[in-house]
Amino acid sequence: MKFGVIVFPGSNCDHDAYHVVSKNVGQPVDFIWHKETDLSSYDAVIVPGGFSYGDYLRAGALARFSPVMRSLKDFAADGKFVMGICNGFQILCEAGLLPGALRRNAGLHFICKHVNLRVETSNSPFTREIEAGRVLSLPIAHAEGNFTCDDETYSSLEENGQIIFRYSDEYGNVVESANANGSRGNIAGITNLDRNVLGMMPHPERACDDLLGSSDGCDIFRSLTRSIEACAV
Amino acid sequence: MKAKVYVTLKKGVLDPQGKAIHHSAELIGYSQIADIRQGKYFEISFNNGIGEAEAREAAERIGGDVLANPVIEDFRVEVEG
Repeated sequence: MKFGVIVFPGSNCDHDAYHVVSKNVGQPVDFIWHKETDLSSYDAVIVPGGFSYGDYLRAGALARFSPVMRSLKDFAADGKFVMGICNGFQILCEAGLLPGALRRNAGLHFICKHVNLRVETSNSPFTREIEAGRVLSLPIAHAEGNFTCDDETYSSLEENGQIIFRYSDEYGNVVESANANGSRGNIAGITNLDRNVLGMMPHPERACDDLLGSSDGCDIFRSLTRSIEACAV
Repeated sequence: MKAKVYVTLKKGVLDPQGKAIHHSAELIGYSQIADIRQGKYFEISFNNGIGEAEAREAAERIGGDVLANPVIEDFRVEVEG
């Protein structure tokens, strides 16, 4: 089993993701410079948070033209696992690997705080070890996390169970007051139709150790590890 | 040859930045504004020898593939010699 963490100019959560995979999850992991194109040795690739290309034009808009992204599309089409966190989510939407787009937060502020997320389904490679309905505490740190999509896309996300995380209160109630950034349907994370590509605004890699205030993020990485093991059987 | 590309948010897409700008315009005394929407403007200058049709085609493709996100934005191109 091997993880890869893509590094774009301006990525800044790449080391956090690397640390979690190598230390907390205990699996082999490489950094992948964005100019590389060979992903054949990896089972899962993390597109980390940060400010790729300085967020020029739109967050994630320029990263999608990096050479590694064409390979990542093939990698995803092969059914391998891709996990985009924060800026990584924005990049995956811009690249068309996930539906929708991430707009400026409704309140215009950069928001950096712990939020509660309700896990909508265990039926994904990223949440198979987590009971549906459980509330996770994970940090967010973004200015453009306001998920938007048209009515048709939203209906299909709901019908196909592609909505994996929604902002909620501590009891798991999905209410507007818990919607940190104005996202449609309180969406915090979605997958593609084939469920092997996840994008989420909260940072599970920053919540894998009780010292950091929460270790809930570990369950997401543990689920992914299990999913890779299941594929290898 | 020069192409101008205007990128605007689609109708119905919330524009919190436009709202904040609207509020600032009100603060300097303009209370009769119905709405302000923020967009982006690009100028693409082509090398000598590029014709109008070629410039328009290039600008349309750059607009659709790079400058605008079709999920939330529209764009239009103007070409001038």
